[in-house]
Amino acid sequence: MKKTLLAITAAAVVSLGATAAQAATKVCFVYVGSKTDGGWTQAHDIGRQELQAHFGDKIETPYLENVAEGPDAERAIERFARSGCELIFTTSFGFMEPTLDVAKKFPDVKFEHATGYKTSDNVTSYNSRFYQGRYIQGQIAGKISKTGVAGYIASFPIPEVVRGINSFLLGAQSVNPDFKIKVVWVNSWFDAGKEADAAKALVDQGVDILTQHTDSTAPMQVAAERGINAFGQASDMIEAGPNTQLTAIIDSWGPYYIKRTQAMMDGTWKSQSTWDGLIDGILTMAPYTNMPDDVKQMAMETEAKITNGEMHPFTGPVTKQDGSEWLKGGEVADDGTLLGMNFYVMGVDDKLPQ
Amino acid sequence: MELIVAVLLTVTTAATPLLLAAMGELVVERSGVLNLGVEGMIVVGAVVAFAMAQISGNPYLGALCGALAGCAFSLLFGFLSLTLVTNQVATGLALTILGLGLSGMIGENFVGQPGVQLEPIAIPLLSSLPLVGPLVFNQDIIFYLSILSVVGVSWFLFRTRIGLQLRAIGDSHGSAHALGISVIKTRYLAVMFGGVCAGLAGAQLSLVYTPQWVENMSAGRGWIALALVVFASWRPLRVLAGAYLFGAVTIGQLHAQALGFGIPSQFLSALPYLATIIVLVLISRNRRLTLMNTPASLGQSFVPDR
Repeated sequence: MKKTLLAITAAAVVSLGATAAQAATKVCFVYVGSKTDGGWTQAHDIGRQELQAHFGDKIETPYLENVAEGPDAERAIERFARSGCELIFTTSFGFMEPTLDVAKKFPDVKFEHATGYKTSDNVTSYNSRFYQGRYIQGQIAGKISKTGVAGYIASFPIPEVVRGINSFLLGAQSVNPDFKIKVVWVNSWFDAGKEADAAKALVDQGVDILTQHTDSTAPMQVAAERGINAFGQASDMIEAGPNTQLTAIIDSWGPYYIKRTQAMMDGTWKSQSTWDGLIDGILTMAPYTNMPDDVKQMAMETEAKITNGEMHPFTGPVTKQDGSEWLKGGEVADDGTLLGMNFYVMGVDDKLPQ
Repeated sequence: MELIVAVLLTVTTAATPLLLAAMGELVVERSGVLNLGVEGMIVVGAVVAFAMAQISGNPYLGALCGALAGCAFSLLFGFLSLTLVTNQVATGLALTILGLGLSGMIGENFVGQPGVQLEPIAIPLLSSLPLVGPLVFNQDIIFYLSILSVVGVSWFLFRTRIGLQLRAIGDSHGSAHALGISVIKTRYLAVMFGGVCAGLAGAQLSLVYTPQWVENMSAGRGWIALALVVFASWRPLRVLAGAYLFGAVTIGQLHAQALGFGIPSQFLSALPYLATIIVLVLISRNRRLTLMNTPASLGQSFVPDR
């Protein structure tokens, strides 16, 4: 309810502002969360700020926070389209259908949707290969962990999250073949209390490394309290655990936003489907900290190899959890399978919720 | 043994905010007022407690300010619904919406800061007892207050004259008014008590549970507290049982997941709600007793006719 109100009032303010300034190009952003969430949405907002700084007075970058996925999103996006936005970024998986619907009504406006898989003439989808970072994290965990078991706090059983779990485990198994992970689903992207409870439960059951696919820094705090190590997610979480964080996956959307806005201004913008990774700078790793030098060395080497394409996290032989063969020796997974991943690899101590 | 204590400790941490907020709301509802703004008061309490603890460096001052903020926020509800006689349901909902928005604004500069924590206070001798020692006698101040609130509210409602008056107002504000009891004043006090409890529950979230501030960190706990009060048929001890049951199942299901039993996690996530409702409905199945405990003029506005 709060989100609805915010969206409506914010959208009203935006549309009022539209008539005032016509000179600058409007590049607009729709966020699912708060721009200070410390994770996902904050990373997008930093990207927006970089974009604004890059083009200065030439563009305006209005944004809407806390837009709920669903009908509210469609209203918010449509307001933006009506108010003269020329390029609109919608930054949550659940905005995919609303974006496509609005795009149909406004063929002259250009849309970009994050982490989806559908496109149209004026809708582009863009995503980041987070799993590359998770593979590196897995390798670090495999070296550091004494119990050989890591805890994984997961949000929702969608391919994005499952891919991360698998990639992490494959990374860990590449240095410790017996490595196991325990997965706890909290069924929320952002609930500090639940994430902390999940973290405590996992630590109580003997995991000595925590990683998460949820957005709050609560698990990092628990790890710090219990004296074990953890990985940050979406943003650098070093402040929450100066002696705890090993590294973090950092989303850097800024360069992409600048590139696409430039393309729009030059008239070279075309609908496409982008899935960038370490090499494109859309995904970066926080400094490798709180680990021995040899582990750090290994992590940096792996990062370099993945970046220059020498190594792919999903390279065979890989066996599925049910024992069937997925990838033959040397075979590399195709993007289609990765994007729709709905199975675990061998070694995950959990049944995948269907 | 150590593992059991560690697990049970997380249960008390999870149950305490629910218990406190529900105990406050129980007194409010017993006086015939339905305040749906619990969620809003919790989240305002959480942000103010965190902010004050950060600024002063003293978590106790933070907790106190959190409680006062909850109280001040409840006074807004009191003024609208009791003095201006607005609809209680609508006013309470508005309070929740306002609280969530306002707290986000107040807390904007505090997001991501590592917080100061309310440390446990060990009670001499008792805290060295096995099991109950670390569990009950080596906890933070808000935990002690939550337990005290159960004892205090039970005693107050059923053993004191003013408690009886408060229940009378909740059952029939017209009759109570005719007897010369000050309906509005008593309800104001009840609403303020509810605000203090919710504010403290919020302080527990941002100073004990997860010592940090994040937007919407109450995450629906106010609504769970509201439901607990109803399903516990307005009885303090049942609220205690309900809050701890909810906490225990919440933590239990996480452990079940980590152990890899292969039960669908969506079902496990719903389990705390299911278990609590079923158990509380079962213990409240005596219709006569339930009717007796339901405040009959709950949610009705009162305008003195003379």
